[in-house]
Amino acid sequence: MGRINRDQLNEIKSRGENIIDIRLGKAPVDGEKHLMVGGGTACHASRSEPVRDAIRGEIEKKGLSKICKVIETGNDAFSTLAPVMVVYPEGVYYVHLTPDDVDDIVSQHLIDGKLVERLLYKDPVNNKPIPRMMDIPYFSNQTLITLRNLTLIDPENIDDAIARDAYQGAAKALMDITAEEIINQVKVSGIRGRGGAGFPTGMKWGFAARAEGDIKYVLCNADEGDPGAFMDRSVLEADPHAVLEGMIIAAKAINAHQGYIYCRAEYPLAIKRLTIAIEQARRYGLLGRDILGSGFDFDLEVYQGAGAFVCGEETALMISIEGKRGMPRPRPPFPAQEGLWKKPTILNNVETLANIPQIILNGGQWYAAIGTERSKGTKVFALAGKVINSGLVEVPMGMPLKDIVYKIGGGIPEDKRLKAVQIGGPSGGCIPSNLLDTVTDYEAITGTGAIMGSGGMVIMDEDNCMVDIARFFMEFCQEESCGKCTPCREGTKRMLELLTKITEGQGEIDDIATLEELAEMVKDSSLCGLGQTAPNPVLSTIRHFMDEYEAHIKDKRCPAGVCKALITYIIDEEKCPGCGKCKRVCPVEAITGEKKVPHTIDPEKCIRCGVCIASCKFDAIEVV
Amino acid sequence: MKKITLKMWKEIDGIIQRHKEKSGALIPVLEECQSVCGYLPMEVQERISKGLNIPGSTIYGVVTFYSFFTMAPKGRHIIKICLGTACYVRGGKPNLESIQDEFGVETGGTTGDLRFSLDSVRCIGACGMAPAMVVDDDTYAQVSKQNIMKILDGYK
Repeated sequence: MGRINRDQLNEIKSRGENIIDIRLGKAPVDGEKHLMVGGGTACHASRSEPVRDAIRGEIEKKGLSKICKVIETGNDAFSTLAPVMVVYPEGVYYVHLTPDDVDDIVSQHLIDGKLVERLLYKDPVNNKPIPRMMDIPYFSNQTLITLRNLTLIDPENIDDAIARDAYQGAAKALMDITAEEIINQVKVSGIRGRGGAGFPTGMKWGFAARAEGDIKYVLCNADEGDPGAFMDRSVLEADPHAVLEGMIIAAKAINAHQGYIYCRAEYPLAIKRLTIAIEQARRYGLLGRDILGSGFDFDLEVYQGAGAFVCGEETALMISIEGKRGMPRPRPPFPAQEGLWKKPTILNNVETLANIPQIILNGGQWYAAIGTERSKGTKVFALAGKVINSGLVEVPMGMPLKDIVYKIGGGIPEDKRLKAVQIGGPSGGCIPSNLLDTVTDYEAITGTGAIMGSGGMVIMDEDNCMVDIARFFMEFCQEESCGKCTPCREGTKRMLELLTKITEGQGEIDDIATLEELAEMVKDSSLCGLGQTAPNPVLSTIRHFMDEYEAHIKDKRCPAGVCKALITYIIDEEKCPGCGKCKRVCPVEAITGEKKVPHTIDPEKCIRCGVCIASCKFDAIEVV
Repeated sequence: MKKITLKMWKEIDGIIQRHKEKSGALIPVLEECQSVCGYLPMEVQERISKGLNIPGSTIYGVVTFYSFFTMAPKGRHIIKICLGTACYVRGGKPNLESIQDEFGVETGGTTGDLRFSLDSVRCIGACGMAPAMVVDDDTYAQVSKQNIMKILDGYK
């Protein structure tokens, strides 16, 4: 089918709804089954493609291709379980699949109708299988708006997306309501920029709509650079049309006709799926001239970033699209007045844009009903670190951190004690365990010294050293500083030196005051968000974990046993039976002792690599 | 050093022609030229400078700003030899030297056929596997002069 109008869009939608109903478990059609194999980057890395091909082959072989469809989704939310597959209409969730499992799934599940128990998700507490995906606490405690199509559509098939309401919001925005009304609805929804700063999206659009100019631009920031964060990548891989549609709506709101998606080169699968989505949308006339016959023109291009973290900053991103070194410039003028090629420009993050179609379709009030007073809607986090279930989680604003960690994350492995929740990546901070009642709300999180950020959430337990964490993030910011302004270029370097000195046991008590002074200076005087937020991890760890800094400096001790210069390995004579295992595995021959006599470690030779501890069956080696 | 062939020059000129009229063309042109040549030597930058009418200094500034661009050719496979303490005392250095001798490549360099780039790295936290070697995304334990070439045979 070529260009379509609104009626034809609705026809495609109603034709596809039967298919989607199977996946929603609503209307089983003659035993038809849809096998949705997860196919995001994390799944591909866990070798999901051979599983997908094997299951297709086996279904073909058994003559089931008429009733069993294998569809690759962009789902890699629960990344620790990849490769995964959901079988609809029953919604059964199979995990950790290999091509060898395919026979059992086909013969037992598809033919005999019996679950393959060994491949089901098991409750980590009682080891009982939980067959249905939506009964697994990790999923049942989430609220999916941004990720609503995760397991339901083929991201490379526009008809699947249309059956799930794609482009209905755009049709409404282009044909039923005015630009002012779009902006008004976005304002009413209360959505704030999901890239990190949390600026109200409706207000940003309002500025750009009022700005004078015949040429304006809509940009999408897909330069997700925080270490460990992959929210935007998943949205692009699982539901690219939601982002395109969000941009069409934004374009109508500010009267722009050209857009760019700035996507980092490290996301080849996201770029591929975006490119396919754009081609399909163009073929339907959902991008280009006279969209859906509305008379409105808008087209967009994917612009591939070339590997610079600072290009996530709005002015740097625009300068990079202009083909220059991506270095931020002072504001004002703000991009809404003078952005890309000095034209009024809005830049929104992937997650923000993916929410817009739902907001327009269901109304701002609907969205505003979710969340807290000042933070509306949902937020996607990339949950990682010392937590049992790691992956993407989407929760309503206002959920206490402890619910994310325990109800969804399943708690801390090995019954360890939670020490802190690091939120906001290199721009964020560490929230200590006694503040775990803090809710996901921009202001509440800022109150703890962290920031909401783009969605990185790393759980830390008693084995994580907070000084070392602060050093890690400072090293990241220092390497990524573009070097344009002195406070960021020099300040992050000096702070890194001080933190390194402390972790190496050379710290002096005055260093903390110096760090704080430098931190305030870098924060107040840096040109862009990178420098302004780079000190956050340091300031928040000093605020909440001063005792750890003092232990490193005064007692020359690392309480978590991480900083190698400050720890010693000792063999407990009472526990060591002299089996000789540690002596054999030590890579530097630091362990000596006769057989059946307790061994000893030479601290001069020991490099604190931990191999002996891992090998000892008697827990005889301690870190002090 | 890998030579820029006549065919590559033609492709480079084609890329320049295709983007010439667009504003902000430089970075896409550099990305495409790098995928043709594998790297962006001065001679290629000069050609782009003439073709797009952008000063060579600006191009050099952009190439050196973004980590995606490289002025030295990179191999199809990246070998990293760990020289952390544990690997060092267990023979990381002789392993590194045996690769250097076998393929005639310096640390930080790339073989003439662009098969391998060789790097040494600080501790990768695999002390129990010392001496360790990483090829692309695969980590190998207890590598030695005896098995190292056999492992690398698997990377063409």
